[in-house]
Amino acid sequence: MIVETKYYTIEDNIELESGRSLGNIQVAYETYGKLNEKGDNAILLLHALTGDAHAAGYHKGDSRPGWWDDMVGIDKAFDTNKYFVICSNMLGGCKGTCGPNSINPQTGREYGLSFPVITIGDVVKVQKKLIDYLGVKKLTVAGGSMGGMQALQWALDYNELVNRVIVIASTHKLSAQSIAFNAVGRNAILQDPNFQGGNYYHSKKPDKGLAIARMVGHITYLCQEAMQNKFDRRFQDKDTPSFDFGIDFEVESYLAHQGKVFVDRFDANSYLYITKAVDYFDIAQKYGSLEAAFKDTQAKYLIISFSSDWLFPSSQSKELCRALMYNKKDVSYCEIESPCGHDAFLLEYQTQTKIIASFLRSE
Amino acid sequence: MDKHYIESKGLHLNYSIILDMIEKGSNVLDLGCGSGTLLKMFKDKGIKARGIDIEQKNIVQCLQKGLSVFQGDIDEGLNDYPSQSYDYVVLNQTLQSTEKPDYVIKEMLRVGKKIVVSFPNFAYWRVRFYLLIKGKMPKSNILPFEWYNTPNIHLLTIKDFYEFAKNNNFRIEKKICSNKAKIKQGLFFSLFDNFFCEEVIFLCSSNN
Repeated sequence: MIVETKYYTIEDNIELESGRSLGNIQVAYETYGKLNEKGDNAILLLHALTGDAHAAGYHKGDSRPGWWDDMVGIDKAFDTNKYFVICSNMLGGCKGTCGPNSINPQTGREYGLSFPVITIGDVVKVQKKLIDYLGVKKLTVAGGSMGGMQALQWALDYNELVNRVIVIASTHKLSAQSIAFNAVGRNAILQDPNFQGGNYYHSKKPDKGLAIARMVGHITYLCQEAMQNKFDRRFQDKDTPSFDFGIDFEVESYLAHQGKVFVDRFDANSYLYITKAVDYFDIAQKYGSLEAAFKDTQAKYLIISFSSDWLFPSSQSKELCRALMYNKKDVSYCEIESPCGHDAFLLEYQTQTKIIASFLRSE
Repeated sequence: MDKHYIESKGLHLNYSIILDMIEKGSNVLDLGCGSGTLLKMFKDKGIKARGIDIEQKNIVQCLQKGLSVFQGDIDEGLNDYPSQSYDYVVLNQTLQSTEKPDYVIKEMLRVGKKIVVSFPNFAYWRVRFYLLIKGKMPKSNILPFEWYNTPNIHLLTIKDFYEFAKNNNFRIEKKICSNKAKIKQGLFFSLFDNFFCEEVIFLCSSNN
């Protein structure tokens, strides 16, 4: 399936949660399948921290498909024969949607740190404009990790539009531990001498800081067992230690590689903004309690967690279920046994396909 | 022939009996719901039902039927459920395979206004005779396992359950004995039932 990214520019200014407003917002998005006449077969996929609009299929000339290609396509979990599947790059991102690396029309220069601090609510507000533009009348929202947060936000903010919510390896709020890891990542970027207060677009970029942020991130996406299985204590391309501070172990080499490839595809400022939005996300805070938040929700919920995920642990998913059940809402919960840690939500697609396809098929 | 036997259409007789016990519009939690056969019957009758099961394949089958289901281990209790949040909590043919039946019942009574518990009666005469004559662990249609692979680790009798109710201070509101095509209702313990009843369904509530 050859696909291409499309662009839509929102004409109105968007009022942000911080009180600031943002105009001239371009949104990068892709769609797969066809919207039916009633406009009720749409599914919006919500990407994780560093994802983009390219969820499925291949861009012309590319050898690698979109980030959720295992799950999106004909006869897959999100069956494009039946559903109109949409994915857009989030506000604050760096893959075609307005973010800190976009040109501020008022100055003619990149926003950098003059870009307003955004929340998950703001991100969803922008997505809503796109959904309206596409003519969607009923919507299923689905996402893993930060994508799951957006799915929850959608259900709360646009109750009348959303009929199904799929939340995978996600939470209604980050734990202190997860915020701490994000803080380390942000500090690595902010302390990089090339960071220059975020104005690095025409000089050397803070690649070292961003790479370290990504290395920290990758530790949190795996788990002890997954790392052990993957690397153990093996040396990289040798059998004995080098007695210096270069790369000795395979796990070091892995992290270095992840850091290196990441800086080529991601903007450090976006990393700051997006991790901050994730840290701020807390449903209960806005509504008084988690139970109060879901009082009026009409949608059907499917919550999936993974046994070895300690970044977004099953206990948090269960808390979410508890609040929904307290309100006697239609919620199903599944904990998938997996040794892959948080990464499992992108890897364990076979089990997820069975679960999600069944959930989507039911009335 | 009993109407439940006709309605059961080859399915387990209990399903139809339990379905009959629960009024339309009630809120039901089905513990150990399996692939969701009973849950689906609840839903079709206009009963708001949710299931809990530990097996992933059962969760998938329930989802396929459009049912609301929660993956969890009932032996760990019902922590996720507020007290008195369901009209009925059902435990169909599962009590004898829980690790802590006493704790499970206690939790059911906390969460449900009423509870429905069914199990195979180990004092059924065929079971007694099997052990007496053959000298082996009894096997039957509803107890099909070998001693070494049976999930039924806490088998009990009707008499045991009456004693248990008394000691744990909960009330038995209804007792239904089922035996192939015959169904017998009652309230009080009878030696006759304990001998002739193959399976039993209790409707109970807390004394508090």
